[in-house]
Amino acid sequence: MGTPLISVKDMVKTYKLGDMVVNALRGVSLVIEKGSFVAIMGPSGSGKSTFMNIIGCLDYHPAKGEYYLDGVDVFKLDKDQLAELRNKKIGFIFQSFNILARTSAIENVELPMLYNSTVNAKERKERALAALKSVGLAERADHMPNQLSGGQQQRVAIARSLVNNPLVIMADEPTGNLDTRSSYEIMQIFQELNDKGITIVMVTHETDIAQFATSNILFRDGQIISNVVVKDRKIAKDEIPKLPILDQNDILT
Amino acid sequence: MRIVNILRIAYRSLAKNKLRVLLTMLGIIIGVASVIAMLAIGQGSKQNIQASMASLGINSVMIYPGSVNSGGVRMGAGSYSTLTRKDADAIAAKCEFVTDVTPVVTKSSQVIAGNQNWHTMVTGALNQYFSIRNLTIALGNTFSSTDEHTAAKVCVIGQTVSTNLFGAGANPVGKFIRINSIPFKVIGLLAVKGQNTFGQDQDDVIIAPFSTVMKRMLSTLYLNSILVSATSEKDIENVKNQVSTLLRIQHKLTPADQDDFTVRSQADIANTFESISNVMTILLACIASISLLVGGIGIMNIMLVSVTERTREIGIRMAVGAKSRDILFQFIIESIFISVLGGITGILLGIMISMLVGKFGGWPVVITGSSIFLSFAFSSAVGIFFGWYPARKASNLNPIDALRYE
Repeated sequence: MGTPLISVKDMVKTYKLGDMVVNALRGVSLVIEKGSFVAIMGPSGSGKSTFMNIIGCLDYHPAKGEYYLDGVDVFKLDKDQLAELRNKKIGFIFQSFNILARTSAIENVELPMLYNSTVNAKERKERALAALKSVGLAERADHMPNQLSGGQQQRVAIARSLVNNPLVIMADEPTGNLDTRSSYEIMQIFQELNDKGITIVMVTHETDIAQFATSNILFRDGQIISNVVVKDRKIAKDEIPKLPILDQNDILT
Repeated sequence: MRIVNILRIAYRSLAKNKLRVLLTMLGIIIGVASVIAMLAIGQGSKQNIQASMASLGINSVMIYPGSVNSGGVRMGAGSYSTLTRKDADAIAAKCEFVTDVTPVVTKSSQVIAGNQNWHTMVTGALNQYFSIRNLTIALGNTFSSTDEHTAAKVCVIGQTVSTNLFGAGANPVGKFIRINSIPFKVIGLLAVKGQNTFGQDQDDVIIAPFSTVMKRMLSTLYLNSILVSATSEKDIENVKNQVSTLLRIQHKLTPADQDDFTVRSQADIANTFESISNVMTILLACIASISLLVGGIGIMNIMLVSVTERTREIGIRMAVGAKSRDILFQFIIESIFISVLGGITGILLGIMISMLVGKFGGWPVVITGSSIFLSFAFSSAVGIFFGWYPARKASNLNPIDALRYE
């Protein structure tokens, strides 16, 4: 603990919606250390997603302030360098899974490596399989997304985010479309990854999900209003057995 | 980013939309196939015309009598009897660039051999007629100058006449036929020439010595035409001018008089037909090109729809590290793939159509390498040109906007 991975200072972001100017972020400063598991919370419109997109280098429109990721001044990079940064250092997980339709699980997981010229075809296959195995989907590698449940699709997305060995995984409402059990299973994977040293930044508005993180940051009106360490952190491995027994239909999903 | 990877990405996304790819390709396939088939048909008809013109004797110049003009009523070419043997001799003696000259008279006659009879045109001409008209003898001989002097009752017959009088494959040489009740000895059989451009059977002829036809059959002084062959194709104009000048002197025409003869060359007719055929080819190629262009717009249409429809996919690709140019190349390669594969299929289809037209339509077709190259290059260019705009649009997306696109 102690080395900053993400360091944001006085970040300001405004954008126009028609004639209206929206101040999405009004001076956000934050340091996220390597190996932490941060949950970002806040009501809709609080700026948490905007913040996430900027630190994830997904928004090419400029923001003011400073942002260092792993010691790199991100705001000085061009589009191609940002793309490479996303490819090598960041893994993304989205609420709507965002895996390619009509594309098998393994091909989805291979995708980031297709844009990484240092990986050859053989290694690509091996690493994709290993990543799928680590999320428990090795035997479903050739399944299409429509043959997988929501939880399984999200695990494919996690495998895809892992496959280039990122420093940080950024998850935007990863459990928003999932039932409780699947959500907890995702949290279990996150906690295991976090134990291996991968930093996780997760946006969520579910307080019980935020309890799996090590610290909770609360956004309101484009500013951080609190940043607290989680007391009584929940451990997913212990929580899952406590969930009510599912009926037949739930098992199938 | 390795090019192999982009190719793989493009291939995978095309493979997911086989039907759409096929339908898009259809536009290019039809365009390319029609360009190739049209050009092949056009080229074929052009070569056909050239070949049949060459068989008529490409260097030959024909002189016909002019038209009668009595009291303002004109009677059409050949209605005036102005050409005589003397004119032909004068041309042979005085014109430069002339290799052969023959006066020509014709008479339509009933021909009898044994129990068979046939109606055909009997041509009376000098021995030079054969070389001017590019006629070759399959069996026997042509007539000699002695035959001409003595007005010998000999003749050379074409294959059609031979078949009708003596049966297919028979050797008529040495046999006798009666033309208008006069017995003629067959001394030669012409080689098969087939139909000319105008559909006339060039084998349905009997050729006899000029004097024989003049004296024994026609008893006239006037000719149907004079045939002249120029030394080469480029001298044809000279020959025509000289013949005109000479004939005006021969016929004692004043400058105020119109020509009482017509001079035409085989090349004139050939040129006319060739330009008709060229116009036709260009017209067909234009129509075919339009369908190729429409095919190209089809590609652009599909690619644009595809960019919009796949906006989220583009966002996902960008999120996992695709650079703008990776997206650009992916979409361009997809459209090039469609147009190139469509082009190749179109070429094969075009060749097939051309061959079918050649085989069952009885129409000569010539598939040239340049037409294949042209349509292939054009279809590839169409792919790049029409693929570029949608690809550019896709690659300029902001990742987060693409990801959020509904």
